Amino acid sequence: MPDLLIELLSEEIPARMQARATADLKRLVTDGLVEAGLTYAHAEAFATPRRLAMAVEGLSAESPSKREERKGPRVDAPEKALEGFLRSTGLTREQLEERETPKGAVWFAMIETPGRSADEIVAEVLVKTVRNFPWPKSMRWGAGGLRWVRPLHSILCVLTEGEETRIVDVEVDGLRASDTTYGHRFMAPEPFRVAGFDDYQAKLKASKVILPTEERAEAIWHDATQAAFARGLEVIEDKGLLAEVAGLVEWPVVLMGEIDTAYLDLPAEVLQTSMREHQKFFSAKDTSGRITGFVTVANRETADHGATILAGNRKVLAARLADAKFFWENDLRVAKEGMGLWQDALEAVTFHGRLGTQAERIRRIAALASEVATKVDASGEETEIAALIAKADLPSEMVYEFPELQGIMGEYYAKAAGHSDSVAAVAREHYHPLGPSDEAPSAPLSVAVALADKIDTLTGFWAVDEKPTGSKDPFALRRAALGVIRILLENGIRLRLDRFIDAQLVRHKATLIDPISEEEVEELIGEIAEHGVFGAAFRTVKERLGDIISEGLLEMGERVPDASDHLLTFFHERLKVYLRDRDVRHDVIDACLAMPNADDLTLLVARAEALSAFLGTEDGENLHLGFKRAHNLLRQAEEKDGVEYSFGPEAKLAETDEERALFAALDAAETRIAPAMAEEDFDATMAAMAGLRQPIDIFFDAVQINTENAILRRNRLNLLHRISEICLSVADLTRIEG
Amino acid sequence: MANSEKPKSFQEIILRLQSYWGAQGCAILQPYDMEVGAGTFHPATTLRALGSKPWAAAYVQPSRRPTDGRYGENPNRLQHYYQYQVLIKPSPPDLQELYLGSLAAIGIDMEIHDIRFVEDDWESPTLGAWGLGWEVWCDGMEVSQFTYFQQVGGHDCRPVSGELTYGLERLAMYVLGIDHVMDMPFNAPDAPIALTYGDVFRQTEEEYSRWNFDVADTEVLFRHFEDAEAECRRILAEAEVDPKTGKLIVMAHPAYDQCIKASHLFNLLDARGVISVTERQAYIGRVRALAKACADAFVTTEAAGSAA
Repeated sequence: MPDLLIELLSEEIPARMQARATADLKRLVTDGLVEAGLTYAHAEAFATPRRLAMAVEGLSAESPSKREERKGPRVDAPEKALEGFLRSTGLTREQLEERETPKGAVWFAMIETPGRSADEIVAEVLVKTVRNFPWPKSMRWGAGGLRWVRPLHSILCVLTEGEETRIVDVEVDGLRASDTTYGHRFMAPEPFRVAGFDDYQAKLKASKVILPTEERAEAIWHDATQAAFARGLEVIEDKGLLAEVAGLVEWPVVLMGEIDTAYLDLPAEVLQTSMREHQKFFSAKDTSGRITGFVTVANRETADHGATILAGNRKVLAARLADAKFFWENDLRVAKEGMGLWQDALEAVTFHGRLGTQAERIRRIAALASEVATKVDASGEETEIAALIAKADLPSEMVYEFPELQGIMGEYYAKAAGHSDSVAAVAREHYHPLGPSDEAPSAPLSVAVALADKIDTLTGFWAVDEKPTGSKDPFALRRAALGVIRILLENGIRLRLDRFIDAQLVRHKATLIDPISEEEVEELIGEIAEHGVFGAAFRTVKERLGDIISEGLLEMGERVPDASDHLLTFFHERLKVYLRDRDVRHDVIDACLAMPNADDLTLLVARAEALSAFLGTEDGENLHLGFKRAHNLLRQAEEKDGVEYSFGPEAKLAETDEERALFAALDAAETRIAPAMAEEDFDATMAAMAGLRQPIDIFFDAVQINTENAILRRNRLNLLHRISEICLSVADLTRIEG
Repeated sequence: MANSEKPKSFQEIILRLQSYWGAQGCAILQPYDMEVGAGTFHPATTLRALGSKPWAAAYVQPSRRPTDGRYGENPNRLQHYYQYQVLIKPSPPDLQELYLGSLAAIGIDMEIHDIRFVEDDWESPTLGAWGLGWEVWCDGMEVSQFTYFQQVGGHDCRPVSGELTYGLERLAMYVLGIDHVMDMPFNAPDAPIALTYGDVFRQTEEEYSRWNFDVADTEVLFRHFEDAEAECRRILAEAEVDPKTGKLIVMAHPAYDQCIKASHLFNLLDARGVISVTERQAYIGRVRALAKACADAFVTTEAAGSAA
């Protein structure tokens, strides 16, 4: 069982591509080996800035031989047919066998495919792998035709069995495989020969190359935290940066330095971002949280213990921070003057070709935010101010330089402009939640603006019909919808989403549809606030205007309801995905969607969670079965008889104790369920439902529905209707599966 | 080749690069006599990267970026600066080592510095060109751009050229340990008349910054842009055979001069702030179309290795 070692040595591979390349190399080689009939015990792949490597343990020495019988033409078939068969099998006529079959004498061929050596298969797989490697971007170099991520310099490919190591005879575009590689570019550039993977890894280490990426990353993190600790500092964790830096060095050497005091008054986020983006430095903070130090990772040891390298890096950092300070000071000047310069600039910045400028967008968001404010206990006036300045930092110099600081700078600048902390915080918080692990805002002002911002984005793209399709969601609309859902649920906010969707759709359509007057739009939005829904608001405005209604408004009357329904459905779909992760089944949500006010997501979820919990109990499960039985029996009877049994059963016609007990239980449940539902006390509702389970079970066991007595039968069917009706008043249980 | 003595002036660094790349077999060319934004625009790079004929050249190219003007006040930003450019076609297998040799030649000791090749793919929308490579870092400072050209003027590069670009002021400031570009010794500090970079360029930086940002007549610039574009098209539309000499003379270079002009005029207009975001793309597209047309013409000529 030989072991295989492959190394592809090239010029520097981009750090961001190394992890994918490692996985691709492993997959392509092992798939190729297995496809060719080899087996192996274990395989692992590695990447450094200059090499991709792969070790395969316990490879079979050869692929098994195969014998295959193939049926040819009849013996009396024309000569041409036989010639074709001989060509396709590569045999001569003498090697064929003539056999009698029910269809007469037929030629048969035995084709033997001998097993192939691992060497041969490895060579073939390696050539194919190199030629078809899925680099995200690849290139040619010199006069050759081969593509690789950067020029490929050498191929090492050996099979090791016990003490013996042999080179696999393989060549790709003039690069012949050998058993030789090179160490660190600067610290150990001489070639050396290797015998097997262990020898390879050991010799690489002696030649100042740490092969496994994780080992380099661990070494960096360990040394960085130690160096920081020695100075009473703490390195700020940054996994993405750590992975990148580990892909930039073969021999990491951690160097720690201090930031020039001239720059310590820059915001921490600016220091950290500038150091990370430009220099790939880690930031280190002191016990008060102030960033005062940096960690850089060099690729070599030096006689002066990195003193020259550190001095150079400090100098570059100072130049970068001088730029940042320049931006910061310029921005502060604009901010202190009230940020008017930026607000003017936003008038000229397009948000989206059909959705107007950033300034228009901000005014739309502010209008909606002040309406939302009343639902989240925020002052409408303050909310409007906060919304109007929340995106003011977009044209600032700092955000131009570091787009990821949007909002963060906005908060600093809003404070500098004299706004209160809570108004300023909206600039930062209204962008959140940015991902599943990010917190949703909870301060009322931020909640109002965050909701308005996201609803404005969603309704805007719905208004211009650029909804997400399949995997395409270029404007991150799914994330925006999920953001709305999380903000509402995590803060327990009660509001009817429909109203705000409709109002904002109207605002969007108002700029998209022509002609339409501002007064009409204002009136319509006012009526939506009054009625809560678009339809009734539209009818009111239409009646009031009569003949003088504009064509634009009529068009709006046709377009808005469809877009609104569709967007609400989109919210419900996102909600199902969100709740699936919280173990609430989609059919439970469907059952609750049929209930009134399903655009109040907090209410909807409270209902769904209570129902979900109830259905998980024994009572719930059995009640559901009882409901299904009642519902099905009733439907069958109604279908057969062609009548509806919805008159209400009469207690006096009850014959048995079981029947009378059910009547009593239904009465009791009903008197509890209706007020509980009215108070949205779903736990009490479900408790009342639980009380029905036993009487219904006993009723079905003891009482025959379809009796000979027509009066009794009708009464019992009416009783089933009542069971069904009470259950359906809680949720549409017909949607529950199973 | 490595000179163990540290260089003492800006010009010494340039001279050492010249002699190093000359010794590596490059033709040491002179700067192109037109205003360009980068050394890449020199026809010795843009056009010579096209076609099959081998090529090796190195040169200093004065470069102008009007938007980077800071009236000579910024320690490292200039509207006029020097690039050192090397282009070798096909790219030799040891180009990285050759490059590192050039750093050693100007006094960068690999034993105490940290040299890194950090991914940076190069693209010039105005030239319709792109390549893969790195920015080279020395102790965290970007000292060069290293690119394997894949396409120029919309043509695949076969063979591929290796291009090295050094930002000379920045590199020299690093090697000489200077913090403000204007303080950098231009000639030997012990020369009878010692000159700093500021002595040579501070005044011109001021003058051009004022002209670039506020004075340049945008109407004239717009007109010149149109003229250059039209002239480029007209040159390329001429018959390939010269009626006077009867020879096949495709005028790729004169046409390309007009493309360079158009490109610089666009940069000036950009600095004057009279080109909006949407127009910007359109102007870049127009220059690219010229570059492409010039490249199309050049590949048919003998200098590109065309059999004609």
